[in-house]
Amino acid sequence: MRFKNVFSIIGPAMIGPSSSHTAGAVRIGRFARQLLGDLPAQAAICFYGSFAETYSGHGTDLAVVGGILDYLTDDERIRHSLQDAAEQGIKVTFSTGVQPGAHPNTVKIKLTGADGRHTEVTGASIGGGTIVIRSIDGFEVKCSGELPTLVVSHTDRQGVLAGITALFSREYVNIGYIITDRKGRTGEALTVVEADSSIPPELMEAISFLEHVSQVAYIDLTR
Amino acid sequence: MRFKNLRELVELCGRESQTISGIMIQDQAAESGQSEAEILAAMNEYYQIMKSAVHKGLTEDIVSTSGLTGGDAKRVEAYRGGGEASVGDIACQAMAYALAVSEVNASMGRIVATPTAGSCGIIPGVFVSSQERFGWEDEHLVRGLFSAGAIGYVIANNSFISGAEGGCQAEIGSAIGMAAGAMVELRGGTPEQAVHAVGLALKNTLGLICDPVGGLVEIPCIVRNGFGAVNALAAADMALAGVRSAIPSDEVIDVMLEVGSAMPSRHRETAQGGLAQTPTGRKIMKELRSRKK
Repeated sequence: MRFKNVFSIIGPAMIGPSSSHTAGAVRIGRFARQLLGDLPAQAAICFYGSFAETYSGHGTDLAVVGGILDYLTDDERIRHSLQDAAEQGIKVTFSTGVQPGAHPNTVKIKLTGADGRHTEVTGASIGGGTIVIRSIDGFEVKCSGELPTLVVSHTDRQGVLAGITALFSREYVNIGYIITDRKGRTGEALTVVEADSSIPPELMEAISFLEHVSQVAYIDLTR
Repeated sequence: MRFKNLRELVELCGRESQTISGIMIQDQAAESGQSEAEILAAMNEYYQIMKSAVHKGLTEDIVSTSGLTGGDAKRVEAYRGGGEASVGDIACQAMAYALAVSEVNASMGRIVATPTAGSCGIIPGVFVSSQERFGWEDEHLVRGLFSAGAIGYVIANNSFISGAEGGCQAEIGSAIGMAAGAMVELRGGTPEQAVHAVGLALKNTLGLICDPVGGLVEIPCIVRNGFGAVNALAAADMALAGVRSAIPSDEVIDVMLEVGSAMPSRHRETAQGGLAQTPTGRKIMKELRSRKK
C-alpha cells in the first residue's frame, strides 16, 4: 500500500499551493536536512519531471529550502525561506535534469555541511504530501518518512543487521520496515530502519558503537 | 487497515454494525498505536484550519502569489446574498466556501490537503456550509472527515490522487467522491449508499485532465473546486434518493487508473497541454516568466 495512514489522505496541514509541489517538497527537504544532522553550508537542488517544469510557480524551491531549514509543512516562514537561508549563510543553487523512468515529481538534494560532510537524497512526491525517498548517498532505498527513521551507514559484514535489530529489540522498539543496499559484497552498505515509535538517543548511540557501523542519522518527520 | 477496496469496507461496516468513519477511526488507531481520542483531536485541529480558511477567503482580500486570481469567493458569496442563485442558496454557499479555501491556498495560506492542496476546497466547502445549514456540532464533521479519509485511502491505493500521476480526475475527482460519500454518512445514509455516491461522483470526472495555466494551482483549479462542491452535494443527493452506481464504485476507481495511466504527460500537470497551452494560457505564462526576470 502506497498510502498507509488516514492523515496522508486528510492532511497534511500545509502552506499552499500544491501538496505534491509544496508540502511533499518540504518533507523531502527536511529528510535531507535531518540526514545531514545540521544546517548545511551549501544546498544543490535538482528538479526532474513535472517538478522541473513548474517548480517556481508552485513555490517548490521555497518549499525544499523551507524543509532544509527544518520548517514544518504549515510553517508560514516557507514563503520567505530563500531569504531566510541567505541570511543564515546557506548557498543554495537550483538546476533541472532528466531522469528517465523517474516519478514525475522527483527532486535530488545534495547538502554539504560547514565541516565538509555531505549527503545526497533523491525523493519523489507522490501526491497529497506523501513522499518516497528513493536513494540516499547512491544507495537504493525506499522509505516514506512517515515513521521515525534510522539511517545506518556500515560495511557489508555478517552480523551487522543482527546487531542492529537486537538493539531495537532490547529497547522494545518495533521495526516496521527495514531495507539494506550495498555497493558490493563486503563493501559499503546502508540500512534504513523505520520504527513504530520514536527512537531513544541511547539506542541510536548503541548502534553507532557497533562494529562496522560508520554513521547513524535519525530522521523524524512526524514531529 | 482491514480493507483494500470499498466493497470490503461496506462488508466490514455490515459485520461490525459500524459506520465508515467508525471503521476508519478504529483502524487508524490500531495502525498508529494512538488512542481514538488522540486521532480525533488531531482531526479536529484539521477541521479548525478548514473553517479558518473558509472565513479568511470570504472576509479578506485574497490575491494569489502570482496576482492572477483572487476575490471570486467574495463575488459568489455577495451574489448569493441577492437570493437568486440559479443552483439555489445551499449549493451556491458550498461553492463560495470551496472557492474561498482554494483561493487561500493559491495565496500560500494555510490549508489542509484533502486529499491534495489543488482540491483542498471541496471538502471544507461541503462540510462547513452543511454544518451551518444543519446545525451540526464540530464532532460530527470531524467524524465525517474520517469517512472521507477512508474513501480517499481506497482511491489513493487503487488508483491515484495526484494530478501529475493521473490528471485532475485524481485530485478534484477524488475529492468530490470523498465529500459525496462522507456527506451521505453525515446525513444518516448507509455505508452502501455512501459508496454508491463515490461511484456516481467519480464517473462524472473520469478523464478530466490536469492543465494548470503556467503550472500554477489557480486556473482552472480554483473554479473546479467550486464546481466540485456542488457536484458532491448532487452525488450525495442521488445516493440518498436511492440511485445506485450501476458500475460498482471499485470498478470505477479502476477506470480512473486506466484512464490516468493512458493520459499523455502534457495533460498531467506539466502545463504543456490543455488550457495551459491555449493562446491566452501561453500569453499568461510568458508574462509570468518575464516578470520573474
